[in-house]
Amino acid sequence: MRTTITVNGEARSVDVDPRTTLLDLLRETLGLTGTKKGCDHGQCGACTVLVNGVRINACLSLAVMHDGDEVVSIEGLGTPDALHPMQQAFLTHDAFQCGYCTPGQICSAVGMLAEVEAGWPSQETGDLTAPVDLTDAELRERMSGNLCRCSAYPQIVAAIREVAG
Amino acid sequence: MRPFTYERAESAEAAVQAAAATPEAKFIAGGTNLLDLMKLDIERPAHLIDVGRLPLARIEETPEGGLRIGAMATNSQAAADPQVRARYPVLAQAIVAGGSPQLRNKASVGGNLMQRTRCAYFYDTAKPCNKREPGSGCGALEGLNRNAAILGQSHACIATHASDMAVALAALDAVVETLAPTGETRAFPLLELHRLPGETPQVDTHLIPGELITAVVLPPPPPGGQVYRKARDRASYAGGLASVAVAGGNLALGMVAHKPWRATDAEAALAAGASPREAADIELAQAAAAGRNAFKVELVARLTAAAVAEARGRGR
Repeated sequence: MRTTITVNGEARSVDVDPRTTLLDLLRETLGLTGTKKGCDHGQCGACTVLVNGVRINACLSLAVMHDGDEVVSIEGLGTPDALHPMQQAFLTHDAFQCGYCTPGQICSAVGMLAEVEAGWPSQETGDLTAPVDLTDAELRERMSGNLCRCSAYPQIVAAIREVAG
Repeated sequence: MRPFTYERAESAEAAVQAAAATPEAKFIAGGTNLLDLMKLDIERPAHLIDVGRLPLARIEETPEGGLRIGAMATNSQAAADPQVRARYPVLAQAIVAGGSPQLRNKASVGGNLMQRTRCAYFYDTAKPCNKREPGSGCGALEGLNRNAAILGQSHACIATHASDMAVALAALDAVVETLAPTGETRAFPLLELHRLPGETPQVDTHLIPGELITAVVLPPPPPGGQVYRKARDRASYAGGLASVAVAGGNLALGMVAHKPWRATDAEAALAAGASPREAADIELAQAAAAGRNAFKVELVARLTAAAVAEARGRGR
């Protein structure tokens, strides 16, 4: 099926089998291998990308469902010469070991801060009607959809904390 | 994944007509549960009708002072809605207790209600499961049934409904609005959407073939405090062992039955002056465990007592 998706600011029109997930479209069809395939079942978060500014699991979504959408993957957040502040913070705080979960962690963190800015609650939110106070418990809860098998969690929290201010 | 064809529905009417006209068709909105099951060869639709872009995502007040939540609103949008947070906190709490942020950002409200069980035997195609393969037996009956139902189960199936959101909706007296292939619309209590397993656990709901959930409507919130409590093996991003939703004098239990369980016996006992624990025990007098899930009876009793006490504190 002819499907047109704006990926990292560039309109990409491709003919895809309906079975193709958004993750496989990015990696296999478009060659954007920054987004990682971990569990392929929405359990690990390694495939997290931003669709119309909102973070989702690219593995649990079909490419054909995203015709007309704007997708930002790790390659679209920053470049080696011009890192996104979240990418720089992960480097500064050594927020990874093997690095496999890192692109998903970074995309997720960027999406998470936008959700906090918008006042979206989490299960750690005490007063549902007040602005979100991004405590460490809030931050960890909001990043619980991203697993790090190397367990770099303290550094990941520190990196996101630096960007969140 | 097996091959399938795909179409994006232009309207709700076109979607239900396509569903009725196409054998083995399924609706897809967020897809977070359906695609997982398709990858595992548990769901095998020949055709997907994408209803995710239908203009059914609005969340708006009703003339009666309640709230209509469009079926295509995402779980995140529903939990973040100012009206939901201010007037139906039990619903916001229940939604953010489910899944991960990424899943909630994609999963729709209608899809949440239509999600399948997480019973390990349903997920393992090498094992018998009457829900997945009618007539094959129930592997959970004498198997790893730690998370199995304790209320309303049958000898054919002891699976539970996994939704957190639906438990809060059950306590809030939510109404489900649907559109049928005939063009007929209907509205009925959420508690009449899901069914008990009986002899046909492969059928999760009372929807007719091709019928589409278009909205969930909340009446004005009942007077009194609201609380959602969930017990599970991890602090976050894990399916529940049991949950309790309290909304004023209304009480619903989650992950203990094939459907969200409205604890009407406990409600009546509370109204008659019983203590929360006494009321929970009255509801659970009808509970039956399959073995490893026996602990859930006491767990639910304690969760209920704690949640009711907390809700009363908030209601003051």
